[in-house]
Amino acid sequence: MTLIIGSLQLGLIYGLLALGVYITFRILNLPDLTVEGSFTLGLAVSASLTMKGHPLLGLILGILAGACAGVLTGLFQTKCGIHPILAGILTMSGLYSINLFIMGSSSNLTLIGHDTLFQIMYKAFPGLSKDIIKAVLALLFCLVFFLLLSWFFKTHLGLCIRATGDNEDMVRASSINVDVTKIIALAIANAMVALSGGVLAQYQGFADIGSGVGILVVGLASVIIGDVIFGRRSVTIGFVSAIVGSLIYRFIIAIALQTSIFPAYMLKFVSAVIVFAALSLPALKSQIALRKIRNKAKKKA
Amino acid sequence: MLTINKIEKTFLKNTPNELHALRGLNLHLNKGEFVTIVGSNGAGKSTLFNAISGSFWIDSGSITLDHQDITYMPEHRRAAIVGRLFQDPMKGTAPGMTIHENLALAYSRSKRRGLQIALRKKETELFREALSEFGMGLEDRMDTRVGLLSGGQRQALTLLMSTIVTPKLLLLDEHTAALDPATAEKVMDITNKIVAKDTITTMMITHNLNSALKTGTRTIMMNAGNIVLDISGKERESMTVPQLLDLYSKKSETELATDRILLAEK
Repeated sequence: MTLIIGSLQLGLIYGLLALGVYITFRILNLPDLTVEGSFTLGLAVSASLTMKGHPLLGLILGILAGACAGVLTGLFQTKCGIHPILAGILTMSGLYSINLFIMGSSSNLTLIGHDTLFQIMYKAFPGLSKDIIKAVLALLFCLVFFLLLSWFFKTHLGLCIRATGDNEDMVRASSINVDVTKIIALAIANAMVALSGGVLAQYQGFADIGSGVGILVVGLASVIIGDVIFGRRSVTIGFVSAIVGSLIYRFIIAIALQTSIFPAYMLKFVSAVIVFAALSLPALKSQIALRKIRNKAKKKA
Repeated sequence: MLTINKIEKTFLKNTPNELHALRGLNLHLNKGEFVTIVGSNGAGKSTLFNAISGSFWIDSGSITLDHQDITYMPEHRRAAIVGRLFQDPMKGTAPGMTIHENLALAYSRSKRRGLQIALRKKETELFREALSEFGMGLEDRMDTRVGLLSGGQRQALTLLMSTIVTPKLLLLDEHTAALDPATAEKVMDITNKIVAKDTITTMMITHNLNSALKTGTRTIMMNAGNIVLDISGKERESMTVPQLLDLYSKKSETELATDRILLAEK
């Protein structure tokens, strides 16, 4: 039971991350490495403000900080002409120092003894079990932002962003400033990622400077698992599939750790393998199909 | 309507690969004129289009469209008043989005795009009607992804997208060259219909000399970054393809030797 509810809670919190990764990876069509920095940024801002007694403000400022990181990467890519991957790496590296600065140059902060959003809710609803409150709060965050994003990508601006990832030339020819759409998309994506980090910090009661390492792969794994189940359809279904993908990913990890198939330190390796397998499958499939055709032809000859 | 005044463009200046692509070109178009442009590869036809639509800024000279100096207007802002079609049918549409979404995007070109819901019922009817005029059955496939359409269908859709908000100038860059002859003719028919309906000022590059003389109201020939022949009215009506070819070789120093032009002769 704790396994199920625990991975449900984590899955929903990391679902926010998956939403952000979906926006850059699937809609904008580029893997954005800023995520590794902006996740910790959200975590750091949220934790340090919680310590000062403002957990909600921490989340809001975390979202804004994440958006700023996205804007920065966007500016690097568009106005400065830096390769998209490199632009993300630059922001991510720079953010490491910024994050340490926000955390008062200590590599981890503990929130024990401070009121997080979760603790405030425990006090507000003393009748409910803590696990239920945690799950409901995480679900609430996921639901609100899922609805907001689904609506946003149905608006004209959202449509322009989707078209930018699909055919940039066409978008430019439709009198849309491609630089602006890219920057907005990166800002929204990284805001989601930072929010995910911010909620996680208050959920687990601590912040660690290394939290963002490999987080992009976690997000990608969620998006890809979702794709496998739902197929690639409309954006709204895409968002649902990203969140469901995140839930399934957490369940897989939880079960694997419970039954000690692999030790905890292998987590990121396994994530990388999942992403590798899913991404390489289409190419490998077509190669095998080609080989079959060739072998058939050889037999006939 | 469109006035091009002594425009100059040199690519890769001061390098061994320097290319003087536009050499003091002058051109004036009246409202509603349909100009066809012919010329060998490298004559500067597409470069002229790129200059007008703002893919790059010219070195000197000026471009005025409808009393508005657009010489240094950014490309995406020019796109609001200049529609453009390319030879490649894949270029003008977003393959992962539906016909409906593509049209909605194009339709919002002249308006401020904000946080309004993009797909609205009112506009759907308008799109449906416009699509049904093609006779391709696209009006019943509004929710189909554009990537699943054939090249001809995509080019027809692109044509509708660039004219659904009537542009001040329409640039057609060999837009039927990648299509099979039957489809090419169909897309050309649609083009003529749309251009005639809204009397859009149009420029069309073609390698088909026959259609260059038959389509539109005026024909210009380019060579080495300038206009070497400009005919309209009676002079153009009495012109035949062999005559045009003849004129061409007289006016230009280089032989008209691209096989595409020879093959395009009927």
